[in-house]
Amino acid sequence: MAITLKNIYKSFNSTIAVKDFSYNFKKSKITVLIGPSGCGKSSLLRLIVGLIKPDSGAIEINDRLLTDLNIQSFRKRIGYVIQDRGLFPHLTAKQNISLMAAYTGLSDYNILSKIEQLSHLTKFPSDGLQRFPAELSGGQKQRVSLMRALMLDAEFLLLDEPLGALDPLIRYDLQKDLKEIFGELKKTVVMVTHDLYEAVFFADEIVLIKDGSIIQSGTIDDLIQSPADPFVTRFVNAQRSEIITSRDN
Amino acid sequence: MKLLITFIITLVLSINPALSQEKAYLKVASKKFTENVILGEIITKLPSDPDLIITHIRELGGTRILWNGLLKGEIDIYPEYTGTILKEIFAGENNQTENFKSRLKKLNIGITKPLGFNNTYAIGMKRDLAEKYGINKISDLKNFPNLQFGFTNEFMDRNDGWPGLRNKYQLPQTDVKGLDHDLAYRGLDAGSIDVIDFYSTDAEIEYYNLKVLEDDLKYFTEYKCVILYRKKLEALYPVFINSVKKLEDTISESQMIKMNSDVKIKGESEQQVATNFIESRFSIDVNVEESKFLDRLWHNTKEHLFLVIISLTGAILISIPLGIAAYKKKKFGKVILGITGVIQTIPSLALLVFMIPLLGIGSWPAIAALFLYSLLPIVRNTFTGLEDIPNSIRESAIVLGLSPSEILKKIELPLASRSILAGIKTSAVINVGTATLGALIGAGGYGQPILTGIRLDKVSLILEGAIPAALLALLVQWLFDLSEKIIVPKGLRI
Ligand SMILES: Nc1ncnc2c1ncn2[C@@H]1O[C@H](COP(=O)(O)OP(=O)(O)O)[C@@H](O)[C@H]1O
Ligand SMILES: [Mg+2]
Repeated sequence: MAITLKNIYKSFNSTIAVKDFSYNFKKSKITVLIGPSGCGKSSLLRLIVGLIKPDSGAIEINDRLLTDLNIQSFRKRIGYVIQDRGLFPHLTAKQNISLMAAYTGLSDYNILSKIEQLSHLTKFPSDGLQRFPAELSGGQKQRVSLMRALMLDAEFLLLDEPLGALDPLIRYDLQKDLKEIFGELKKTVVMVTHDLYEAVFFADEIVLIKDGSIIQSGTIDDLIQSPADPFVTRFVNAQRSEIITSRDN
Repeated sequence: MKLLITFIITLVLSINPALSQEKAYLKVASKKFTENVILGEIITKLPSDPDLIITHIRELGGTRILWNGLLKGEIDIYPEYTGTILKEIFAGENNQTENFKSRLKKLNIGITKPLGFNNTYAIGMKRDLAEKYGINKISDLKNFPNLQFGFTNEFMDRNDGWPGLRNKYQLPQTDVKGLDHDLAYRGLDAGSIDVIDFYSTDAEIEYYNLKVLEDDLKYFTEYKCVILYRKKLEALYPVFINSVKKLEDTISESQMIKMNSDVKIKGESEQQVATNFIESRFSIDVNVEESKFLDRLWHNTKEHLFLVIISLTGAILISIPLGIAAYKKKKFGKVILGITGVIQTIPSLALLVFMIPLLGIGSWPAIAALFLYSLLPIVRNTFTGLEDIPNSIRESAIVLGLSPSEILKKIELPLASRSILAGIKTSAVINVGTATLGALIGAGGYGQPILTGIRLDKVSLILEGAIPAALLALLVQWLFDLSEKIIVPKGLRI
């Protein structure tokens, strides 16, 4: 198993963010975490990348227990993309992308050709590479974030609502491009969204979360046809009717 | 950076001649009133041993500063008054005049015989009025209950002032006005006041043609001028000490009044007045180098920059790491911000004076005080600059796999640079202003002409210090605004 969570608990003061969470994220598959706001999706990603530590439970990466000692080397094998404000504002797009590569001893030539390859892959205009984040549009910023996450050929890609801050048209373009990229790279992807249609669009497997625990996991058909809990149906229908009412308008 | 260090070293050497050459140096000091400065100038210009270079640290902030400086050997010699030795330096000790001489001896401090004049409280009136009534001594005032007395507020309040005087002489006058020194003189001139108090060598005595009434019952403590010096000088510089001793019993009250008035009223320089005195006393020619405005300005600027640059550089080197430490360890941070905050609340003058027992007088205690003063803005701005970085940015850096030190260097410090620079700018501007107080403890700088200007009531001299200090503050501000364009990353200025 690529990433395994075993009975993870995490609370902040009195708020329980993650409760008895166990799950296997499969290799080379796209798993989407979905659920209402505040249900613990971001906390799960932050637990995996070691930004916060579980109160109890274990995290294993390729069957090896994640510890303080190996977290740093694991981080070099993951790409992490967050909603926005994750880029370093004082560095150009290119510097943002190559910052870490310079520390790993990659040659300048290799860095440059990798960036070129990535900007092609992410459809990022190469004249934007010299710009600072403040000079880029929201969609361009997310493409740069993605390039940064992919720069070191990460094995795992963790994305926390990567398209959340974008307006609908740009979001739609980026969804398409992102799906193409995932298909091409065959990485182990864990993506967080609160939008069911985005989940359906990307997911090999959907994990529906409520109050820090898994309610049900499977395909969208599983969720619709054999809901494990009335909440599943409510959650699915709520987003459906959103679309229907907006169509009525 | 290298250039900066070279510049600082050059500055240190050019200001602290003792560091650059081997010669004998002797430091004369004086208090911050005209008479003492004139005497300091006289001592400085005395015929002395060959190769001895005598410098004058003018206008130090108070008796304690000079006395402690003398004990520690930071200054070598200065003019003092017997009353001050008894009532301030050895205050609270059971003292007779003979007693304090042996005390001084034990401390290895030499003392001359009185130079002649007695600078104490005195009572006086216009000469023509005194002659009209035939008043010569204070006792004579008893017979004229209708004379209007006007005394300075200080004299009215002091135990050894008016209340004691009235008791001692059984004076009948009851309606006594308390007023300001200058107003008292003006009232006297206008005839609304008949009798006032002053110091017995005040320049105004001559100017207003006053008669000093004899203290026939010996009410006022004697403040005879003597010269205190480090005993060592006798063996080291016999010629110089010999000249110093030649000043004993040579300056009468009227001579001192004349010299004071030459400076305060006629506007001659202390150097000139001191030179005239020495030329007539020792029958020698003394070169007076009247300092030119530009030379003085350059000299003050060097001294001022020395204080500011050294203290600020030190503060920057210490505060930024302290601010970083405060940010990394929050508990430690509270302590650090607390301590630097408390230092900031100490009045600057008090902080300067606190430094004297530790570091003596001169540039270094001033630099230490300015250094302490400059800490808070930089520590605080480093701390908040780092603290204000959005968590998302910090976490992105962590997850990228950068180590904490790489994150600090590549991400956090550049992002905090604008705030840190603003802190340094604040410190620098405060520093330039506060450094003017350094003159009070012998550090020189733009404060020197300001002090002299206040003492002589000469606005032009005050401006000679205040304008360059203000300009320097503006320049510093401008330089920092300029350096923001270089130091703060371009991406943060869009
Ligand atoms: N650093 C934190 N301090 C306190 N509470 C937190 C913190 N991070 C998350 N929480 C709380 O934990 C719960 C789960 O948050 P999160 O994982 O961000 O949810 P989601 O990403 O699904 O919206 C929420 O109630 C949130 O308020
Ligand atoms: Mg979230």
